[in-house]
Amino acid sequence: MKQFLSFISKEFHHVFRDRKTLLLLFGMPVAQIVLFGFALTNEIKNSKIVICDYSKDAVTQKIIEKIEASNYFEIEKSLKSDKEIESAFKAGDIKLAIIFPSQFQQDIMRGTGTKIQIVADASDPNTATTLTNYASGIIRDYQSENGGMLPMTIGTNPRMIYNPELKGSTNFVPGVMALVLMLICVLMTSASIVREKENGTMEILLVSPMNPMLVIISKAIPYFILSLINLVVILLLSVFLLDMEIKGSLLLLFAESALLIITALCLGLLISNSTNSQQSAMIISLMGLLLPTMMFTGFMFPLENMPRPLQIISNLVPSKWYYIIVKNVMIKGLGFSYIWKETLVLVAMTMVLLLLSFKNFKIRLA
Amino acid sequence: MMTKEVVIKTEKLTKRFGDFIATNEISFDVYSGEIFGFLGANGAGKTTAMSMLCGLLTPSSGNATVAGYDIYKQTEKIKKNIGYMSQKFSLYEDLTPRENIRFFGGIYGLSDKEIREKSGRLIEQLGLASEADKLVVSLPLGWKQKLAFSVAIIHEPKIVFLDEPTGGVDPVTRRQFWELIYDASDRGITIFVTTHYMDEAEYCNRISMMVDGVIKELDSPANLKEKYKAATMDEVFFELARGAVRKAD
Repeated sequence: MKQFLSFISKEFHHVFRDRKTLLLLFGMPVAQIVLFGFALTNEIKNSKIVICDYSKDAVTQKIIEKIEASNYFEIEKSLKSDKEIESAFKAGDIKLAIIFPSQFQQDIMRGTGTKIQIVADASDPNTATTLTNYASGIIRDYQSENGGMLPMTIGTNPRMIYNPELKGSTNFVPGVMALVLMLICVLMTSASIVREKENGTMEILLVSPMNPMLVIISKAIPYFILSLINLVVILLLSVFLLDMEIKGSLLLLFAESALLIITALCLGLLISNSTNSQQSAMIISLMGLLLPTMMFTGFMFPLENMPRPLQIISNLVPSKWYYIIVKNVMIKGLGFSYIWKETLVLVAMTMVLLLLSFKNFKIRLA
Repeated sequence: MMTKEVVIKTEKLTKRFGDFIATNEISFDVYSGEIFGFLGANGAGKTTAMSMLCGLLTPSSGNATVAGYDIYKQTEKIKKNIGYMSQKFSLYEDLTPRENIRFFGGIYGLSDKEIREKSGRLIEQLGLASEADKLVVSLPLGWKQKLAFSVAIIHEPKIVFLDEPTGGVDPVTRRQFWELIYDASDRGITIFVTTHYMDEAEYCNRISMMVDGVIKELDSPANLKEKYKAATMDEVFFELARGAVRKAD
């Protein structure tokens, strides 16, 4: 225990003496939150939707056919009642629900006017807006095609759920969290372990009676703590600067973040095993992580739009799963029962990484 | 020597790296309390032999015990009984001398009280009082190395391994460094030191001369000089190393 504490206090000395690293550590999340404030718009294809048709007449049938024929939507299923909408959103990757009121055709023909309701999952506001626009467009199209026949116009009544004000921050905050935790943890652990090799102090540590596994664990702990502090900073910024609300359990959010941090620390350990210079450790961490994390997490570029092979690759990126988890917990306020699958994926990834890195860690130099 | 207790014993210790035989069946004994010089040109296999004894490398064949423990099976016990100072300067440069002492004292399991006493005494002994809270990076090399040595023996090990401890240091500082070594030796710590400075060889009780992975000679400096009818160790070394094939690490 004494060894352990001496080691951890030494690691904290390293961190606090190194101003540049500190700046990177705490400057990055702040910079990213500000930078990603300007979210990107993108076209979205083949979004899964549900339909709730109370009328089931010729006109609604036509409109549904038209929606299905478009590239934008895929009808997942038809619901009997709008009460099922909520659970459909929570259960699957449904992006939109379209509800036709009863006596749709009669109301139009009689000229009293009617409205189609469109409900969108706005936890991803760009997607929600875009999809709502697509749906309204299709319905307007149908009207102009049948202009002479229809005495009344059909209105659409879009409703954004989960994020009614369409705040972009809800989308990128979980992304920034994933990116920052991934990068900081991997970069810091790999660099700090490799630095000991470079300076020759690793030899001294290996000759000391301290257990090599303990060396590694005590190296990881300070970065684990710093990452949690970083997380708090990001959350405080999002709540007080971006007026964002954390809907789900904070405890769950921290537990899941701790899981991602551990995954990242293991990855850092693995990288440090495979190289002997700090520079190459940094380059591997940056090149090997920054791009995949940005691309495949899903907060910058919708994964739905990517070619199939890339979508498959995205499954290997831990931050993708973390992003889904954080979105569900933080924005939708869902509980553990909705994210256990993603959690399981992260746990499995961590186990594999841990196994690989402990297998490769050399107790002796050769 | 006062006692003839053997603290390091090697029998045909060999390390191969592929086709290259770094140390070839070396056998020697080191006695408790002596200053044992491990000499040889660059690439002769000194560091390899030392790394095997410290548990940093696994031997390819042969046997050895350090402080009575087997180097294959009891490395954990060996590690508690040895100190080590590597070729590279190996303290944390972004910590102060005091923090370095506290850290290494901590990982060797010294109590807070022991660490406080030790660091006070060490800092005074090394004349570091005014530098104790400045970062190590700002110290001159000679001081760093003296500090590194003091840290390597902070837990009063049975044996301390020094791998070319005085590389790149001026003669005066080297002399001071050897005074520290004598101090440690007087306290009963066995010193196992590699060097290629032949004047340093004179300071050792016994020396072994390694050439191309094998031990060519092992005796006291006086006996060796007599045997080779040489005035200095330099000449002895030159005589022995003339046949060497390997030139560098």
